[in-house]
Amino acid sequence: MNTFLKTAALGILASTAMIAASAPQGQTETPNLKALKGAIKIDGSSTVYPITEAVAEEFNKVAGKVRVTVGISGTGGGFKRFSAGEIDIADASRPIKQAESDAASKSKIEFVELPVAYDGLTIVVNPKNTWCDSLSVDQITKLYSASGGIKTWKDLNPAWPEKAIKVYSPGTDSGTFDYFKEVTVGKEGSIRSDMSVSEDDNVLVRGVSGDEGAIGFFGCAYYFENKDKVKALSVDGGKGPIMPSTATIEDGSYAPFSRPLFIYVNKASAAKPEVIAFIDFYLKNAPTLVNEVGFVKLPETIGSKVAANWARRRLGTQFTSSTGGAVKGSLANVYE
Amino acid sequence: MATTRSTASRVFSDRAFLWTCLIATNVAVVVLAVLLVSIFWQGWGTLEWSFITNFASRKPAEAGIRAPLMGSIWVCTICGLVALPLGVGTAIFLEEFSRKSRFTRIVQTNIMNLAGVPSIVYGILGLTAFARMFGAFGTNTDEAITFGSEESFWYLRIPFGSSVLAGGLTLMLVILPVVIIATQEALRAVPSSLRSGAMALGATPWQTVWGITLPAAVPGIMTGAILAMSRAIGESAPLLVLGGLLFVLNTPENLMSDFAILPLQIYNWAGRPQDDFHLIAASAIIVQLAVLFLFNGIAVLIRQKLQKPLQY
Repeated sequence: MNTFLKTAALGILASTAMIAASAPQGQTETPNLKALKGAIKIDGSSTVYPITEAVAEEFNKVAGKVRVTVGISGTGGGFKRFSAGEIDIADASRPIKQAESDAASKSKIEFVELPVAYDGLTIVVNPKNTWCDSLSVDQITKLYSASGGIKTWKDLNPAWPEKAIKVYSPGTDSGTFDYFKEVTVGKEGSIRSDMSVSEDDNVLVRGVSGDEGAIGFFGCAYYFENKDKVKALSVDGGKGPIMPSTATIEDGSYAPFSRPLFIYVNKASAAKPEVIAFIDFYLKNAPTLVNEVGFVKLPETIGSKVAANWARRRLGTQFTSSTGGAVKGSLANVYE
Repeated sequence: MATTRSTASRVFSDRAFLWTCLIATNVAVVVLAVLLVSIFWQGWGTLEWSFITNFASRKPAEAGIRAPLMGSIWVCTICGLVALPLGVGTAIFLEEFSRKSRFTRIVQTNIMNLAGVPSIVYGILGLTAFARMFGAFGTNTDEAITFGSEESFWYLRIPFGSSVLAGGLTLMLVILPVVIIATQEALRAVPSSLRSGAMALGATPWQTVWGITLPAAVPGIMTGAILAMSRAIGESAPLLVLGGLLFVLNTPENLMSDFAILPLQIYNWAGRPQDDFHLIAASAIIVQLAVLFLFNGIAVLIRQKLQKPLQY
């Protein structure tokens, strides 16, 4: 019975192969993709997951025999498995930390760092909030810092009503929170503790849309999907108020709340043909796919720099200088 | 004293007690009903056959749960097959064979404490013990010891890595204390006159347990098994730690296959920005409920097949 099934399956496979072989040779650029085999293991940030999922889904259509698997154990969890050599690619919503990079080099793992998209942290208020359309970075920092002492909208601006501010924030373990904290109060500062915190950004959307005095922040994908329920504020980073949009996030003018999303590729894995094909495919298709899943593509200047880094397998992170200190500034500054 | 209380007040307190019990029962039922109705309201419309047979996709309309559904079934089957014999065996030893000693007291206390350990801790234990095997075989799973070819269903690799076998064993750890405690309670409920009778007729302890005590305890054991499996199928934290996946484009083929599970997929879809994903998350919950009923149905079937009426 078993042998019969196997023979039948082989027969079907063979005939499919023959049909495929006899098909017109139109797609000459991808003939070897179909023959590629092997497995690519990816794990890490659940924020980056939709992008990697989209790329893996499309990659499977052109290279069906390569088994791509993606997990969501978080940026930190992903780096742990990456440094243990268990996965080929780590999804990350922040640059690799010094300790994580040390752990990798301890187990003799080198990596290529590739930014793939932007996520714009959007500051949102209730649609019934008519008084506030824009906040400066200083105001946002004062509002969210533990020592700011902001209780009402009037405390932020004397012209605004004396209405209690209800502050919403993503979970304090999330990369979104980490990034927000770093660009506002900084690494050493501390964020106020009297906030409503949720790991699920949809809960934040519901919270802000149901409370007239509320303010919160989350990734732009959640804002783009809920434009009717919440109102985004423009952010003044020193060059006048800028509204978050795909255009302002991409060109970097929506500063400082555009954060880059990354994939990290193990150098040893980057020698395998299926991983090379996958990363080539990733970088080529990311610009169209990231917009589809709610993120913002990198501008071409950075995109071509990233592609060049991949082509020559530039090792290590560009967020740590040669002396070991952390490199500050936006992705554009770091990568140009 | 009792004669001084009027009949009316006694009747009143009786009624009040009845109503309190009724309200308590109905609160639970109403909450469950509200949950079910809202889930079916959201999820029924998008529940199509293609939803069951499709793999993951970034497009809600094309996304399906084939991989997580099969992953959950594989993992929970392994979990049940290992946890039941181990748990029932432990309980039989503790209740029927062991003398009360310092050793059994320590074991007993440990089991009670294990039942209260957060499940994520079991995930870390499973990762260390099953997936990595304490690093005794190196970290790179490609260089591991293997038995059989990858095409055969009995293909085995040591260490297990993030496979369905490691996942099933990890869930087994989570539910083992529940199975043991439920079985112990069931065995204790069997009247000791039955055991004494069997012994008096010359049955060995083994014959007594297998022929008399165990069949009488099956209903209680299976009720415990139902509760335990219901917990296992809903657990996501331990398997997330183990390296449970979300995006897999194949269903498990052998014990070493990668897997995704339904609770993780539901959690991920429910947290996405797009509303369409929230709808298919509800559809996936309906499927998960169906799988839960399937497992519990099997337990009920076993209960009815094995149950022997007590005859005195």
